[in-house]
Amino acid sequence: MIYVTIILSAIFVNNILLSQFLGICPFMGVSKKIDTAIGMGGAVTFVMVLATIVTFLIQKYALEPFGIGYLQTITFILVIASLVQLVEIILKKVSPALYQALGVFLPLITTNCAILGVAILTIQKDFNLLESVVFAVSSAIGFALALVLFAGIREHLDLMNVPKGMKGTPIALVTAGILALAFMGFAGVV
Amino acid sequence: MNFMQNLTKGFFKENAVFVLLLGLCPTLAVTSSAVNGLGMGLATTFVLIMSNMAISLIKDLIPDKVRIPSFIVVIASFVTIVDLSMSAYLPDLHAALGIFIPLIVVNCIVLGRAEAYASKNNVFNSLIDGLSIGLGFAFALTLLGSIRELLGAGAIFGINIPIFPVDQSNAPITMLMFILAPGGFIVLGYLIALINKIRNV
Repeated sequence: MIYVTIILSAIFVNNILLSQFLGICPFMGVSKKIDTAIGMGGAVTFVMVLATIVTFLIQKYALEPFGIGYLQTITFILVIASLVQLVEIILKKVSPALYQALGVFLPLITTNCAILGVAILTIQKDFNLLESVVFAVSSAIGFALALVLFAGIREHLDLMNVPKGMKGTPIALVTAGILALAFMGFAGVV
Repeated sequence: MNFMQNLTKGFFKENAVFVLLLGLCPTLAVTSSAVNGLGMGLATTFVLIMSNMAISLIKDLIPDKVRIPSFIVVIASFVTIVDLSMSAYLPDLHAALGIFIPLIVVNCIVLGRAEAYASKNNVFNSLIDGLSIGLGFAFALTLLGSIRELLGAGAIFGINIPIFPVDQSNAPITMLMFILAPGGFIVLGYLIALINKIRNV
């Protein structure tokens, strides 16, 4: 039951983009086409799950036993940066097709605050390993869902007759606000 | 670029939030009140000034290939300093800003200034650059926080401003949506449209 709660809460109620405001940069940056949004969603899911597992193990078996919790921020960001690099190198070798699909998005992910944010949130919420993985997967699904939905709206927005001053970012932000308002309807589900 | 231009560019010409659209996560997340916005802005300003100075001092020692990881380590150290001092001296603000204090590390503004400015300029100019961009960011956050607090709670910096009608128990009937998540997006959208309008005139 606790897993169902974690999943529903992370995807809908506390959606990482629309209610927690983590990862807004890619949300505004790569949401102009549905294809790129799906690519970015896949890459984020992949890295987020990996990063959460690795940072969780580091926190439990390196930082906590030695009492150096204050190094958390530095350690986590370095681990994520090197992990992204590693994933990029391995993917290039093992699966060139997947690398082609995710390629350009991977370097962007290092500075995506959703990855570091989920890694830190997992520690703060005191999850065990399995709960952390479930939380990371569902947060990433929530991210991909919001990103693809928003990209679909933006594709239509391009064809609309928008007032001159509101063109581009302003109308995109207002649209995102209305989308966030829709997601608020999920509040109270869990 | 002379000294005054360097000092004032962060507010309008190169404002990180309104013009360059950088650092949007903390901008939207912590501006539910003017105080939180100002606190976040000043914390980021401190990190920006210190990391700019440190990076400008050691720029000749860092090999070009590992410069980005080195910048991140420098920035993360200052973020840790801010995080620990804030939880010791300003526990309420620290609790309100929560996870967004450690997330200053991945704020693109800080890394952006390190890469684009501090790694190419001397210490004094880098300090002024950090101060200018940082205060511009704080200004944007405080402005956004003030508007959202005014519309959503009928106050600015906690001081009541009676613009809303009151109900039977004398509490103002406000538009709560503006201090919740959707309000952040909508207010920022209209604010950017307004700034675009002003800049084009």
